[in-house]
Amino acid sequence: MASVIDMISFALLAAGGFCVFVGGVGVLRLPDLYTRMHAASITDTAGPLLVLAGLALQAGWSLALFKLAVILVFLAVTAPTAAYALGNAALVSGYRPAVVSDESGATDSEGEGHA
Amino acid sequence: MIFYPVLFALIATMALALARALLGPSLYDRVLAVNMFGTKTVLFLAVTAFMLGRPDFLDLALAYAAINFIGVLAVLQFFQSREIRQRYERQGR
Repeated sequence: MASVIDMISFALLAAGGFCVFVGGVGVLRLPDLYTRMHAASITDTAGPLLVLAGLALQAGWSLALFKLAVILVFLAVTAPTAAYALGNAALVSGYRPAVVSDESGATDSEGEGHA
Repeated sequence: MIFYPVLFALIATMALALARALLGPSLYDRVLAVNMFGTKTVLFLAVTAFMLGRPDFLDLALAYAAINFIGVLAVLQFFQSREIRQRYERQGR
């Protein structure tokens, strides 16, 4: 029985690690700020959900389970707030999303010179 | 150990976020990367707590999540107000 729970926990942890890694690759490789925010969002939603669910199966009914639930709720509340604040600040300071200008995939308006 | 793949993925993602924070052309790319690094640190602390068998580390993870959130909001508010002030100064000339 415990081995079944360990297997489910391992599957959840591995899926969470995969989601986190995909988001990290997207943050490094996508072309402009808003697409990078889109890539980072999966590491703030699916990643903590799967990883903390896998850890909750390891914890069992204990105080650690409650702490994991508190961490998950806190991340689920703060991640959209931080993403909104980031997007709002970038938009107020004049950043516009990069637009594909021709069929070669070249982008323009990379930040319009603000540093 | 069942924690090694997720630990490897978290460390690799923290390295990628650090690379974006060092490269990343604008200020807000850096803030995004630092925010993501902090979230991954919270997950890393939680996984490490169970791998070492010391669930007390979850308190550290919770405290780090709070500090990371407040820090990112403070930095964004600072740069946003600075940007608005510089825009007024440019219009004033």
